[in-house]
Amino acid sequence: MKMLQKTALLAMVMLASAGASADELNAADTAWILTSTALVLFMTIPGLSLFYAGLVRVKNVLSILMQCFALTCLMSLVWFVVGYTIAFGSDGVEQGMWIGDFGNVFFASMTMETMNGGIPATLFAIFQMTFAIITPALILGGFAERMRFSAMLLFSTIWLIVVYSPVCHWVWGGGWLGNMGLQDFAGGTVVHITAAVAALVAALVMGPRKGFGTVAMPPHNLTMTVTGAGMLWVGWFGFNAGSAVAADNSAAMAMLVTHLSAASGSLAWMTMEWVRHGKPSVLGIVTGMVAGLGTITPASGSVGPAGAVLIGLSAGVICYFATNYLKNALKIDDSLDVFPVHGVGGVLGTLLAGIFCSTQLGIFSGNGFSDGIDSIGGQLVVQATGVLATFVYTMVATFIILKLVDMMVGLRVDGDEEIQGLDLVLHDERGYDL
Amino acid sequence: MKMMTAIIKPFKLDDVRDALNQIGIAGMTVEEVKGYGRQKGHTELYRGAEYLVEFQPKVKLQIAISDDQVEAAIDAICGAARTGKIGDGKIFVAPLEQSIRIRTGEVGEDAL
Repeated sequence: MKMLQKTALLAMVMLASAGASADELNAADTAWILTSTALVLFMTIPGLSLFYAGLVRVKNVLSILMQCFALTCLMSLVWFVVGYTIAFGSDGVEQGMWIGDFGNVFFASMTMETMNGGIPATLFAIFQMTFAIITPALILGGFAERMRFSAMLLFSTIWLIVVYSPVCHWVWGGGWLGNMGLQDFAGGTVVHITAAVAALVAALVMGPRKGFGTVAMPPHNLTMTVTGAGMLWVGWFGFNAGSAVAADNSAAMAMLVTHLSAASGSLAWMTMEWVRHGKPSVLGIVTGMVAGLGTITPASGSVGPAGAVLIGLSAGVICYFATNYLKNALKIDDSLDVFPVHGVGGVLGTLLAGIFCSTQLGIFSGNGFSDGIDSIGGQLVVQATGVLATFVYTMVATFIILKLVDMMVGLRVDGDEEIQGLDLVLHDERGYDL
Repeated sequence: MKMMTAIIKPFKLDDVRDALNQIGIAGMTVEEVKGYGRQKGHTELYRGAEYLVEFQPKVKLQIAISDDQVEAAIDAICGAARTGKIGDGKIFVAPLEQSIRIRTGEVGEDAL
């Protein structure tokens, strides 16, 4: 993203002097971002869909698949109509503090010829669209198995406009956090913290599933979950390495650190369970993978391979404890553990990016501080500001949106419907007829 | 005639069937069932959420046999299904009043 901002700024300067777009299409960059776009869409459908669907009970499997699929469609249109322009304005990078200008409502400032750095503006818009799809889809895990479908659609639409798009602008679209020097390469704040805080708030506002803590609610199909997890890992290469918005050294390093962190996170979580419970679990190792990937996401443009391994290991351990704590001590029914994995991981990764970006850490060195910052302390202050701002804004805004949607259509299905299962009640279908 | 019901570990089904075939018992009915005895249940752990699963999966197998086959059948099932660990299962033997082969109308031991 930083790269892109620089190229875009450069483009604007050249635009002013030459009076016409001076950007030439870079075929290598364009080819890689086309590929990355497909990879990131693949993360939601079918990656995340399968990952989540396997974790719910058999009576709700279709509700999850349906929510992911419908969100893919709906968020695409919301992004096209107004989301993109709030995040990126007319030029792809807009220097407003809070939100972009409205020149790209319905992609109005874009033609086939419009460029954004070395890639077509249309490509940048759809690459970013796939991020705007997966972020609300991540939230589903917080309120799985009990939210009305209509309420979910309405909530997600408002949330994308009010929370995701502005925060995306703050960090990547030329807004205040990006200008301050926040290092968030692929979305620790923009994607993971926003989604996870929203999931947590939704879990608290809607309350636990009927029988939470007393009735067994084991995953109905872990093979599905592991299949989805594998797809997420592969798709994440597009997510992180694609965020270089170029086919360059930064993209290659991002791919390498992403992979190492995923591997480290998986093994760390597996080991925690092995030591503490006597057996290494399949769900544990794939959850560790998601923790490792979510945590490296903000840091994937900042750190080196050794730093990435430390980030992955700490993600596996800390997210493991966070999951246990939220569920067993706080008794919060964040049903698919979105907050302890993505939220804790997002915070951790954004902060650790501020440490392991330093070039003074020997083998653990990274790619350097942001312009104008010359110490780990200075970078950490900026990183913490980004975390705090995203966290608090998302929390407040999500709460208000949920209350609003509750008044309009009601958030939750009623008790009998919940027991019967959302598949039959909301969709008149069953996932399996075996 | 006797109706013999055996509750066994699911993975022992093939061994038990082979053992019964060898002593000339060629027909049986099998069901997948759940239950518990001394073995009790087991715990499952998903991301820190621990569940006690009280019922164990078992296979229930029923054979109708003549009185003189009972001892041999018991030996065959015990020999094939025993692991020596808790949860190997049980065998119940009950008197059987009548049996009829639907296709031919044969009754009694002729129908077994």
